[in-house]
Amino acid sequence: MTTQRYFEDIAVGAELPPLRDVLTPRRLVMFAGAALDFYEIHYDRDVARAHGHDTLLVHGALKNALLGRFLDEWTAPGGGVVSYGCSYRGTDRPGTELICRGTVTATHHDGDRGLIELDIRVERADGTVTTPGNAVVTLPSRG
Amino acid sequence: MVEHDAGGLVTASLVTAEMEQLLGRDYPPVTYDVERSGIRLWARAVGYTDPVYYDLSCARERGHHDLPAPPGFLGHERYGADQEIGSQGPPIRGLNPRLTRSLNGGTEYEYHDTVHAGDVLVATGRFTNYRQREGSIGPMLIIRREVVFRRDGVPVVVMRATVINH
Repeated sequence: MTTQRYFEDIAVGAELPPLRDVLTPRRLVMFAGAALDFYEIHYDRDVARAHGHDTLLVHGALKNALLGRFLDEWTAPGGGVVSYGCSYRGTDRPGTELICRGTVTATHHDGDRGLIELDIRVERADGTVTTPGNAVVTLPSRG
Repeated sequence: MVEHDAGGLVTASLVTAEMEQLLGRDYPPVTYDVERSGIRLWARAVGYTDPVYYDLSCARERGHHDLPAPPGFLGHERYGADQEIGSQGPPIRGLNPRLTRSLNGGTEYEYHDTVHAGDVLVATGRFTNYRQREGSIGPMLIIRREVVFRRDGVPVVVMRATVINH
């Protein structure tokens, strides 16, 4: 587990440490069961090919969930995700490295809660952004 | 409620009278059970190593009464033997019979409280907006929907999603 980050230490423009992961076909099948998404394009190569793809596709929702983990790990244990979302602009294939990145765009208080706004994205190893989004997270105060 | 995007050559509305009727109307509620085994499986699939999603004693030390659900996990819908899994609530395709294919455009989650194992969430979904445009894949209907997940009648999570039918 990482050390707690605090609201006061976060500046606009700061980059979050990237999260790198390789989603194997096994992970896609596990996610299909966890998300109850049994669309064959994510685990049956014949079906994926019949839809014009050269191989399986990573679930958009899995990339969304990976961004959720990226934010969760940055805020844990004392902070958390308030809202987040992403657009599925490009498809990704299993077995390749995906990188979650984030940039702080604003910080403010809502009552005594410290909120941090972020631009987030999933990109490929070559830098192509396939899944841009944004988020609001909360971090505890040093006080 | 149809916006014609600048540059899009939309000659006829893809929004049917039935779709206009559906706009803003709640679909029948769908019940979701949030279970520990579902949380653990989601956590493994997504790659979490934080024990809070696996170990009840760790979750309790961190102030949770049960395993918390990671972002995006809202449990599993209750389904019957005669239902296609995931078919309850607003459909993702078939609103306009001319458009047979569907793309997932995006998903957003807004949390009002933490979801935990043992929660029973009641989800009510509705379509909130239709847009249409002409794209490289032909006429596209861009559908926004919103699903409110309530626990004991109180909203806990709001999910908003975009699907593109073409």
